[in-house]
Amino acid sequence: MAQSTTHARDTTERAPTGPVEAAPPAKKAPARVPLRHRLRRDRALLLMVLPALLLLLVFNYVPLIGNVVAFQDYDPYIADNAFQAMTQSPWIGIEHFRHMADDRLFWQAVRNTLAIFAIQLTLFFPLPIALALFINSFVRPRVRAVAQAILYLPHFFSWVLVITVFQQMFGGAGLVAQVLRDHGHEGFDLMTDPGLFKFLVTFEMVWKDAGWGVIVFLAALAAVSPDLYEASAMDGANRWRRMWHIQLPALRPVVALLLVLQVGNALTVGFEQILLQRTAVGPTASEVLDTYVWNTGLDNGNFGYGAAIGIVKGVFGLLMVLGANKAAHLMGEQGVYKR
Amino acid sequence: MSQGLLNFGIKPGSRTGLRPVWEEPPTRAGLATKGVTLTLVCLAVLFPVWVVVVTSLSSVKTITETGGLVVIPRGVTFVHYQELLGGGQVARATLVSVGVTVVGTLFSMVVSVLCAYGLSRPGSVLHRPILLLIVATMFFGAGLIPTYLVVQGLGLTDTYLSLILPSALNVFNILVLRAFFMGTAQELIESARIDGAGDLLILWRIVMPLSRAVIAVITLFYAVGYWSAWFNASIYLSDPGMMPLQNVMQQLVIKQQKPTGLAQAINTGHLSPLAIQMAVMVLALLPVAVLSPFVQRHFKQGMLTGAVKG
Repeated sequence: MAQSTTHARDTTERAPTGPVEAAPPAKKAPARVPLRHRLRRDRALLLMVLPALLLLLVFNYVPLIGNVVAFQDYDPYIADNAFQAMTQSPWIGIEHFRHMADDRLFWQAVRNTLAIFAIQLTLFFPLPIALALFINSFVRPRVRAVAQAILYLPHFFSWVLVITVFQQMFGGAGLVAQVLRDHGHEGFDLMTDPGLFKFLVTFEMVWKDAGWGVIVFLAALAAVSPDLYEASAMDGANRWRRMWHIQLPALRPVVALLLVLQVGNALTVGFEQILLQRTAVGPTASEVLDTYVWNTGLDNGNFGYGAAIGIVKGVFGLLMVLGANKAAHLMGEQGVYKR
Repeated sequence: MSQGLLNFGIKPGSRTGLRPVWEEPPTRAGLATKGVTLTLVCLAVLFPVWVVVVTSLSSVKTITETGGLVVIPRGVTFVHYQELLGGGQVARATLVSVGVTVVGTLFSMVVSVLCAYGLSRPGSVLHRPILLLIVATMFFGAGLIPTYLVVQGLGLTDTYLSLILPSALNVFNILVLRAFFMGTAQELIESARIDGAGDLLILWRIVMPLSRAVIAVITLFYAVGYWSAWFNASIYLSDPGMMPLQNVMQQLVIKQQKPTGLAQAINTGHLSPLAIQMAVMVLALLPVAVLSPFVQRHFKQGMLTGAVKG
């Protein structure tokens, strides 16, 4: 079957031009092949894409339609099946969205989300850049390889594991508390302190992913032409000057790209990570938009309201990506997509 | 590599052979500061892992003597692993995790590689609109609630399929694979086509062998994703007996529960609850810690292709 398709591709592409024309316009030839023939020619390729397309349709596009429950008084027990329940639940318009405006817990989640985002942006974001410049300053390949292997490692640990590791280090029965007690001090417990929670979350993120974030920056640094360093050294620039005038500008496009992505994800701050620690510190300090959706929608069964918050979050997230990308273009950077 | 061997036993100053001649030689103090800093950073990563591993291998006696976590190994024993893997909750959860990871990774890779190749041939029909449809999902998620309702509506709750299908595809991974496949030499593909090979055969015999590096990286990414996942299990599964390792670890360590079947041994002091917790953590980190260094040298290549083309 596959063989016949490939033969078909070769012949149909040549057929419309034919031997009569002296100089066939090679570029335009595929456009003249009728869609029917091209579908036939590429059917093997289309079949290959089909499974992925089906998965995305079912688990990414159908749920988009499922968002209609945000405008319903959705009752999961009205029918045996979620789809039937969706068609039978009564419509209530924008009632859920109106409720959001005077929902104190919702605004608390918004505040927490933005606060954690701000802390991560200032304390986490610059670290991989600094770390990349630092690792790049080592010239011996062996040292660089070992350092990278060690720093990448925690990225592959699950959040459950990272949090349990932190609990064993900084928890009430952890190593730090243990050492403090051995020396006659009061023990301490970082894991259940609501005041420090936002910093704890950032700290965990630094441990897990700062090393991993280095990769992109190291690649950008490797692409810098050695001639630039040499020329500036001839002009009398020292190590720090070369970093300021050559390496940092080389990192600019990557930094802009990652900033845009980061801002786009501002409302999504470590969902799994925070959900795992929510009970330890209490919702006042830890509830973010994602955990609030989970809490109201899945845990308390208020599916419609949860979906409504999800929609608001999604729309604002999309607007923020578009805005940040626009800002990147205005600053002369490429951003996520062009123009 | 040979640089290191050649310089063996020679004064540190001669190592500047790795630097260009115009570069100012590093000062002794500068080198020392950098070395110490790098060591400290690496220790910050490795030390907690070390403590976890050593404690899991310690006997009840050692743990009581140190009053908790063990830093210096003494009297190494595998008793806690034997008890955990001898049967019961943790052994079952490990099996579930291994199964889901193997089946899921295989499924994800087959679907992703096929899709990436299907979209990688230049000028093929409809590939632009399909690509747009796929990339668009990177910019908006449908949200937690509707996704849950769809999975429930399809009758996938309380089946292992709910741990695989909803998160089977990562669009970024597909784009990385596609970018890499597009870099395969066109001459090779054309000559295979003239020899009568179909697209599936070309993918299997030419494109995939040439893309081994990126396929290794993406396989690792998918495998780590399945191995680390706990959220899908927590919302889609209700039977505690079906829970994967991450969820059981969460119960044992974060919620401080005792593993079923071992409570007796813990209460009588035969087993240490702390070492049990640590042993479960080691089980969870072992596969990724062992596998990722092998794929590490390909990371940069894989990430870069994705960053440029994606």
